Amino acid sequence: MIKTFNKGGVHPPENKISRNAALEQLIPEGIIQIFISQHIGAPAECIVAKGDKVKTGQLIAKANGFVSANVHSSVSGTVLGIENIADYQGIKKPAICIQVEGDEWEESIDRSTEINRDLSKTSEEILAKITEAGLVGLGGATFPTHVKLAVPKGKTAKAIIINGAECEPYLTSDYRVMLEHGEELLIGVQLLKKAVNVDKAYIGIETNKQDAIDSLKKTAVNYSGIEIVSLEPKYPQGGEKQLIKSITGIEVPDRALPIETGCIVSNICTTLAVYEAVQKNKPLFENSITVTGKNLKVQKNFIVRVGTPLSQLIKAIGGIPENTGKIISGGPMMGRAISNMEAPTMKGSGAIVFITDDEAKRGTKSNCIRCSKCVAACPMRLQPFLLYKLAERNMLEELKENSIHACIECGCCLYTCPANLPLVDYVRLGKTRAMKLIAKPK
Amino acid sequence: MDSTILTTVIMLGILAAILAAVLYMVAQRFKVVEDERIDGTESILPGANCGGCGYTGCRAFAEALVKTDDISVMFCPVGGNAAMTKIAEYLGKKVEAKDNEIAVVRCAGSCENRQRVNEFDGATSCAVMAATYSGDTNCSYGCLGKGDCVSVCNFGAIYINGETMLPEIDEDKCTACGSCTKACPKLIIELRKKGPKSRRIYVSCINKDKGAVARKACKVACIGCAACRKACTFESIVIENFLAYIDPNKCRLCRKCVEACPTESIIELNFPPRKPKVEIQEQKTDNASSEIEQNKIVL
Repeated sequence: MIKTFNKGGVHPPENKISRNAALEQLIPEGIIQIFISQHIGAPAECIVAKGDKVKTGQLIAKANGFVSANVHSSVSGTVLGIENIADYQGIKKPAICIQVEGDEWEESIDRSTEINRDLSKTSEEILAKITEAGLVGLGGATFPTHVKLAVPKGKTAKAIIINGAECEPYLTSDYRVMLEHGEELLIGVQLLKKAVNVDKAYIGIETNKQDAIDSLKKTAVNYSGIEIVSLEPKYPQGGEKQLIKSITGIEVPDRALPIETGCIVSNICTTLAVYEAVQKNKPLFENSITVTGKNLKVQKNFIVRVGTPLSQLIKAIGGIPENTGKIISGGPMMGRAISNMEAPTMKGSGAIVFITDDEAKRGTKSNCIRCSKCVAACPMRLQPFLLYKLAERNMLEELKENSIHACIECGCCLYTCPANLPLVDYVRLGKTRAMKLIAKPK
Repeated sequence: MDSTILTTVIMLGILAAILAAVLYMVAQRFKVVEDERIDGTESILPGANCGGCGYTGCRAFAEALVKTDDISVMFCPVGGNAAMTKIAEYLGKKVEAKDNEIAVVRCAGSCENRQRVNEFDGATSCAVMAATYSGDTNCSYGCLGKGDCVSVCNFGAIYINGETMLPEIDEDKCTACGSCTKACPKLIIELRKKGPKSRRIYVSCINKDKGAVARKACKVACIGCAACRKACTFESIVIENFLAYIDPNKCRLCRKCVEACPTESIIELNFPPRKPKVEIQEQKTDNASSEIEQNKIVL
């Protein structure tokens, strides 16, 4: 049975043109820059100094507090110092710069390709390994995984949900991981189950990736308590709350965390990283990035070291094609345009999408005719046109009353708007402002 | 028939009288006694409701003025000293005269001075743009030019110059209410002392990057070279984070810093033109004489 969530959503052209490109390692050269803050929460504390020699996988910045994550070196070489480096959006943040010299890994990391099926580790051991490895949610939000797995007192986890929906157009890195590292992934799921003491796990995959569903189903026979769920291809199927609704039929209440429903959602790449961290002792220092676009000659799914300059990814696909209008980090629905092509990749980078000239620009803005297409498309049951107007006028109290906090910024409203109104732009702005108001202590 | 009309009239008449009496009693019982001076004060205030005083509008400010004993820290930037002295007289309280202020735009990164490196396709709003990324130039501090300051100004005193794409202030209209300073997400606009005869000098840049980086992004960026601080005889210039700031309270408007600045990022406003330098005069006379010679030849 194909499952889905019932309210809202859109289905943009899938454009998964890089689906046949196998995962490929990309080893950086020259200088790499690793941001100290690669996650939501407190920035890590740098523990290396200028001139230090580091190995691949060595801890270079330590988590500062509970909601924070360790950062490891992704290459071996010499530390050049900590500098303020501009990220994709040109915003400067402190980063550790390392001159790459060879690729010498930490001895503790198991580099063999053999699959480690040993599931004897206890829950505490698994959680400790995950914390140690600096794991963060690789779906884009980069929330530290060990925090997510720490079930709050009074709540009980009932199931693990693995998000294999990959509902954004163009992206294929999760799909490739499911195909190529299916068994590792399933072991990762078993580890997650053990970590939070549940015996049920679901992997939700959209039916446009039927071969991934079939291959995982075949492998899952050997692992108990894992159910592969076919999902309708619809955006935002992979949204945390939508996914829980689709798979379990339970709605996450307003202003509540997913744990209220007893579900813990994890991304495909994060789950693979869990496997690597626990079974192979490998910290999170590389992630899969799709490099794709209609005007590119080659479509690639790279495994990229964290901190690799974007320019090296561009070089690997043969430069920026002439008729490129926009380059997006992440999927075209939620991703953001990149303004600085020298920026280094981060743990949460999932894709680099090239959009052609004629598709890059927004249409001419006109007036809202109250057609309510945005209301129909909103998966969170909000009224985007109203929130847009309120945010434009900076009416924060009203925004609060109209539940702006619930917006997941998926962009469905903007996608359907016939008047090309910059709905998400303003809603996002209004949300930031109104959240400050809500967070204010009385 | 007659009796029906009569009864109706009498009944309604009595009812009206009773209700009138009740209404009168209620009105007396729940009378709101408002200080008459609030109305008086409000009539002196300009009625712009701009919020420049820090209150929600002129009425709220008038109320605050009447209720507060010490009003020396309160000020209406639109009415200025004139309105405040009038109010002080009316209320019998003391006010202190304040220097007139005016908004200044501390960015000179026009299209010519500061190259655009990308194009922003989102909503036409500085706030949205600033929340999205660092901006369409290599300077992450400078003006975004989408006009949030223009749309909040109640007095039509600020507009975007079509050529430079930077906001400019209409000195006659600006009341220094401060709405634009709050609307600017990059905090470029500052309220400064208007100065004698509206003459003022300020650093028209807020770039805190190192000199080389700032200069690469914009021709007229402050590079923090401290040449102005050396030139200043009144110690009115401080340099912090590779950025100079002229303290308007110490500045004596001598204009030495303007001459010293290698990037022309210090701006002087409303000064009479400088005396032309001697060298230039000589050149001019040379040109003049050669012209006369040419004329002679022609003749």
